[in-house]
Amino acid sequence: MNPVVFVALAALTVLSAFTVVLHRNPVHSACALVVTLFLLAVFFVGLDAPLVAVLQVIVYAGAVVVLFLFVIMLLNLQVEARSMASPLLVFAAVAGGMALVACLAVVVGRAAARPAADLPAGFGDTVSVARALFTVYLLPFELTSVLLLVAIVGSVALAKKTAGEG
Amino acid sequence: MPTPLAWYLGLSAVLFGIGVLGVLVRRNVIIIFMAIELMLNAVNLAFVAVARSRGSLDGQVIVFFVMTVAAAEAAVGLAIILAMFRNRETTNADELATLRW
Repeated sequence: MNPVVFVALAALTVLSAFTVVLHRNPVHSACALVVTLFLLAVFFVGLDAPLVAVLQVIVYAGAVVVLFLFVIMLLNLQVEARSMASPLLVFAAVAGGMALVACLAVVVGRAAARPAADLPAGFGDTVSVARALFTVYLLPFELTSVLLLVAIVGSVALAKKTAGEG
Repeated sequence: MPTPLAWYLGLSAVLFGIGVLGVLVRRNVIIIFMAIELMLNAVNLAFVAVARSRGSLDGQVIVFFVMTVAAAEAAVGLAIILAMFRNRETTNADELATLRW
């Protein structure tokens, strides 16, 4: 990806991520989350990961955010009067967050001096990722289906009204 | 000239920091949840960038697993929020302090 394009997209991504975190209206936060996830999908395309990018749009921007919006509407959440924590905690959180980013940047700067490797043909397309998924990672892949089954049963059991209630 | 790996990792670190900030600062449990999703996605970006740099597909496969776990987590977490709201009529984390010591 061209560095100029990267910087423009990165600025947009950071802006929409801040909107997710700081906007007072939860619906606007969810919409900003969709924008952030779409922009990340664009980065994935630029990083030769088209399958991951498509999954990102379908699973995250599609399913997960729709779930968020559904719950926000179900709970009928309005703009919050007092959405933030106390000023002291906000200050501590900003300081801690900046310290964390600085630490990560130091570690990253030390690690990332190697030139990019040459890519095999078909890197990141459906065939190559599926081959890895169904050979080397077969056991974890099958375990994710168990995980999803548990999640389905668990969320239905949690969310349904118990007998005698409302 | 392609974008160096460090830039992607830097963007990933910044997004992760924004997610941490959201979890610490906001009091609405749904927004806290969105901030957690943001952190997971920041890590996904780092995985894909390193996979590209090393020419190895392992990072992309791990992103696949992270997405699966995140989807399961979102479903269960939002069901918990629904159940909590039904019992307590609030999504404010400060008022949901029954378990606080």
